[in-house]
Amino acid sequence: MSKQATPGNVATAALKDQSQERQKAMIAEHFRKLAEAPERGEKCVYTFVPGNLTELIDSFGLLPVLPEINALQSGMRGKSRDYIGLAEKLGHSEDVCTYVKCDIGMLKSGNVGPTGERLPNPDLLLLSYTGCFTFLKWFELLGQEYNAPVAMLHVPYQGDGVVTDSMRTYVVDQLKKKVIPALERISGRAYDEEALKERLARSAKAEEDLVWVLESAKRRPSPIDAYFGGVYYIGPIFTAFRGTQDAVLYYRELRAEIEGRIALGKGPVTPDGEIENERYRLVVEGPPNWTSFRKFWQMFAEEGAVVVASTYTKVGGVYDNGFRHDPNRPLETLADYCMGCYTNLNLPTRVQMLERYVREYSADGFLINSVKSCNSFSAGQLMILREVERRTGRPGGFIESDLVDPRYFSASNIKNRLESYFQMIEQKRAGGA
Amino acid sequence: MKIDYCVGIDLGSTTTKAVVLDGERRILGRGITNSRSNYDVACKVALGEALINARFSLIDGRMEHDGVDAERRRELLTRFELAFREQQYRSQLAALRTSLHQHAERLAMGAATNAALERILGTMEQETGELYRVGASRKSDFFRDLAGSRYVELAEAIARDGGHAFDPLVGLFDKAILETENSTEAVGTFESHARKAMVQAGDPALQRAVTKVLSIELVQRLGVGTGYGRQRLPFPEKLIRSEILCHGLGAHAMFPGTRTVLDIGGQDTKAIQVDANGIVTSFQMNDRCAAGCGRYLGYIADEMNLGLHELGPMAGKSCRTVRINSTCTVFAGAELRERLSLGEKREDILAGLHRAIILRAMSLLARSGGIEDEFTFTGGVARNTEAVKALRLLVKENYGERKLNISPDSIYTGALGASLFAWREVSRQEAEPVEVPA
Amino acid sequence: MTGLEQLLGRAEELYRDLRFTAVSEWKKRNGGLAIGFMPVYVPRELLHAMGVLPVGVMGAGDDLEIIRGDAYYQSYICHLPRSTIELGLNGALDSLDGMLFPATCDVIRNLSGMWKMQFPEKYSHYLDVPQDFDANVGGQFYRRELEEIAEELHRRGARKLEPAALRKSIAAYNENRALVEGLYSLRIEEPWRVPTHELYLLLRAGNVLPVEEHTVMLRDYRAAVLADEDRRSMDQARVLLAGSFCEQPPLGLLRTLERAGCYIVDDDFVQVHRWITGDVRADGADPLADLVLAYLKQGIASPIRYIDEQVKGQALVERVERSGAEGVIFCAPSFCDPALLDQPMAVAAIERAGIPWTSFKYAENTGQFQVIREQAGTFADSIKLWSE
Repeated sequence: MSKQATPGNVATAALKDQSQERQKAMIAEHFRKLAEAPERGEKCVYTFVPGNLTELIDSFGLLPVLPEINALQSGMRGKSRDYIGLAEKLGHSEDVCTYVKCDIGMLKSGNVGPTGERLPNPDLLLLSYTGCFTFLKWFELLGQEYNAPVAMLHVPYQGDGVVTDSMRTYVVDQLKKKVIPALERISGRAYDEEALKERLARSAKAEEDLVWVLESAKRRPSPIDAYFGGVYYIGPIFTAFRGTQDAVLYYRELRAEIEGRIALGKGPVTPDGEIENERYRLVVEGPPNWTSFRKFWQMFAEEGAVVVASTYTKVGGVYDNGFRHDPNRPLETLADYCMGCYTNLNLPTRVQMLERYVREYSADGFLINSVKSCNSFSAGQLMILREVERRTGRPGGFIESDLVDPRYFSASNIKNRLESYFQMIEQKRAGGA
Repeated sequence: MKIDYCVGIDLGSTTTKAVVLDGERRILGRGITNSRSNYDVACKVALGEALINARFSLIDGRMEHDGVDAERRRELLTRFELAFREQQYRSQLAALRTSLHQHAERLAMGAATNAALERILGTMEQETGELYRVGASRKSDFFRDLAGSRYVELAEAIARDGGHAFDPLVGLFDKAILETENSTEAVGTFESHARKAMVQAGDPALQRAVTKVLSIELVQRLGVGTGYGRQRLPFPEKLIRSEILCHGLGAHAMFPGTRTVLDIGGQDTKAIQVDANGIVTSFQMNDRCAAGCGRYLGYIADEMNLGLHELGPMAGKSCRTVRINSTCTVFAGAELRERLSLGEKREDILAGLHRAIILRAMSLLARSGGIEDEFTFTGGVARNTEAVKALRLLVKENYGERKLNISPDSIYTGALGASLFAWREVSRQEAEPVEVPA
Repeated sequence: MTGLEQLLGRAEELYRDLRFTAVSEWKKRNGGLAIGFMPVYVPRELLHAMGVLPVGVMGAGDDLEIIRGDAYYQSYICHLPRSTIELGLNGALDSLDGMLFPATCDVIRNLSGMWKMQFPEKYSHYLDVPQDFDANVGGQFYRRELEEIAEELHRRGARKLEPAALRKSIAAYNENRALVEGLYSLRIEEPWRVPTHELYLLLRAGNVLPVEEHTVMLRDYRAAVLADEDRRSMDQARVLLAGSFCEQPPLGLLRTLERAGCYIVDDDFVQVHRWITGDVRADGADPLADLVLAYLKQGIASPIRYIDEQVKGQALVERVERSGAEGVIFCAPSFCDPALLDQPMAVAAIERAGIPWTSFKYAENTGQFQVIREQAGTFADSIKLWSE
């Protein structure tokens, strides 16, 4: 047996990259703009991460607000327990998505966003109904609360694993006949296709660098963690910044940093320092838990477990299959983008993707974090587990938690399963050697 | 003379188990104790018990070597063990007495309390000989249970006579028993108890064997810990293994043909697949709710006013299994009462409950990859005949014929696996010397 | 045994038959394809016109022990897909040549993909019904969706979709729908004549019987109950049951509610029978267009449809008024996203209208009704006190 079997060493110095500072500043600036919007007469559009039309919204000079991001931020800031409790007191079922309840609770508690500033009310609820049934109900609920108009964009599901012309036409028709007119109405501006094209071209540039960063994890050791670290990397492109120059710069800078890490042969940075000894390479399916995000990450980092690929970092767009926003067919490309988001893919496609990740990223195994809130992800994961295990011959692991409900994060239970899982990989290696 | 051993300790939610292996990887002894707030002591006591057990088997071997026949050996050993346990009990009772008085004094409870305590303890001391008479039955092997139940009975009697209020006496006991069981001294040493016991047993062949075994030094090479409480085990991190791995390896050691292991314990259920070497290839555990675990049966037993061990036999009388759809521990009582009010028979309901538990286990097994031949069933629920019956039936219906292994020592499966890991680590170190944590 | 008893016996037998024998017998007799569908709605007319038997698959109720199905789902997912998988794995659905999974929720949606992996030899399709109700947008998409299904079924041996046949099928289902609606109206007028546990069995029979046979059954039932002198009015509270549109409650639960003093005067059961209100145009030049239009414009309000134009919950208030219900029982399956996410909005509307309500959850295999009986009984009593 090799001497590899010592625990992954986690250095103690807290590190913050330049790119991370830039992202922080971008987010702060965005929330400042949102807080000032009512005063300055700027209009806001609430919308969802999967299938977001950020370039289009921005081309009308409108500001996007993403309730999912606010909910996950509430989770990370320890506010979600009270928000969820409040929503349940108001009659929301304990069985349903905690993002929704967290958002409703936040709204009922004064709608103060992650930076401590008040969020503006929506002028439009852009219901990009992509890959998640709950979105539909979420904005019906918000529609009642705010008495705001809703623009529905029904994005058909890739039930047969393909995007057909008919599906594309349907989305483009809705963009033309429903979404754009709604944006025109609230912004008072006409649709400007050139403005949209410019933004789409910038999106493609940033996407190119993002994919490079994510694929850098194919190296050994991986310079990044593509799940816990990955959620930071996808931040700008999944939210308010896709199509902006800021995003282009962010990804250029991020790429340069990763190139630097590779040159030095360094592993990923975690909040507790660098992982110096990569012991396990994992592919992870499912969203992370946000209420104990750092503790959750530590459970991996302490064991030298590095996530080399994840599906969660594809919910706001799958780019590592070659898709890029294409300024030459602006509405069609938006339609393709929406339909291609991870939770809009059928289960056989998701299995194929995981199988590909396990092979291409030379993973020791793959792990599913099954979250109670999200049936779009979770329903069928046990079958995915068996299927990927069968196809790759690598061991699968299964843990359960929730997005932002701290009542569903049992640290001891998860740690127990993770340890057993890591030891199983280790033992298999030793047995196979 | 000296014998090298390795130990595996499984710190469970209700009991802590230890298995001691000799250099040939043969089981030398097993020990069990109730888990308690001080994990360190729980481990030490379990190990102590395993070493006592090991010495008993060495004594047996010695007598055999000396030509004592089997029947005589069994008789002598029984006598010796009872005498030994009596000494152990006395030692713990003495520690309990000291602790009780200290607490009474600290709380300034006065002379009446001291008198009451003395009445109780005096009676218990007097009864000790009878408790460990050959052929006497004891409710438990754990001091806490044994002493606790008698103490409470006696305190009740005193309260009835108007001698002393009941609650303060029980309050004192609760404090004192914690102290007693969390102290490693209270239980005394093997040597002192054994010397007294061998005199008590009064047989020259036994005395020779005991004296010989007392001269043997048992030397621990390494210990590996596992179990639900393993994060808090007094072992260096490198010497802690997940209970899943230990169960897999332990089951493999007991039944080398094992490919699938089902463990239903008090708090969780595990379905494990192992390869030909006992290496875990996949596993599943129940989710955060304890539905369908051993604890569920505990609730049912409480609800029906039965002992846990009585459930299986009663269910065995059923001719018509009632369909129970919920294994939710919270609803178990309500469902039970509703069924009873509908006129269903107790045994039929119980048969249904057992089947429901096994159905939950079946789904975990299916999640983990099904049931391969051979199939080993471990954990507390494996001792329940009705659960085993339901399991056999469902396995046959869904997977066809499978050889089902159940060991009477299945409670030690995890500890056995851990002890094998310990030897494995020793061999590894011998082959490739590296720095070992103390 | 009376004719009515026989009829209900037959309906219950169909309901309890988890091997779908009626379907295999139909196939033996007729030789066509049988296609299963999950709740809530599929255009059965289209299948019927191609000589295909549409078969409603709504889980396995409380009769089936789930052994392998639980291995596919975590504890926080509803019960319906477990029993459906179990049926698939134990061979009960072998007589089906395929399955349609209409857009109901993410669980059913994902089940469509699981089905593709588990039963690759069978036709399996996610029917993405539009959430845009504009004939030129959602309508066009839906039409193409239906055309693709028709083409695929034709490739697999079904008759080609012809307008004349489709018109006939539309007419057959119009007649059937009208009879279902007639029974619902009769129940509103004289709830003691149409006990819900009977009506429910009739709806379920429609899941497996060819429409023509089901129509006869509905007609016979109506005639029989109208002639039955023994059915008398009792002092029961009139309630509307909302939320049971996908996973169906066990029959025992319906009987429990009735015994607890409730007349159920409107409900969401087996909604495929009532999804389209009124007739689909049966004499148009382009019957497929008429079918599409009916979906867009004559669909009922449901938590699984996106509703924008009206005030949320208004449709429920109107149903309460139309059915003369004195209260609403929200009766949704545990972990049902559409029903439970919708409920706070529906409750708000009901409260604004001053209608009493209560709520509980169930699973299709719920085995204990004591709590529900007490709750429903108390609710019924309080309604009666209220109305006095």
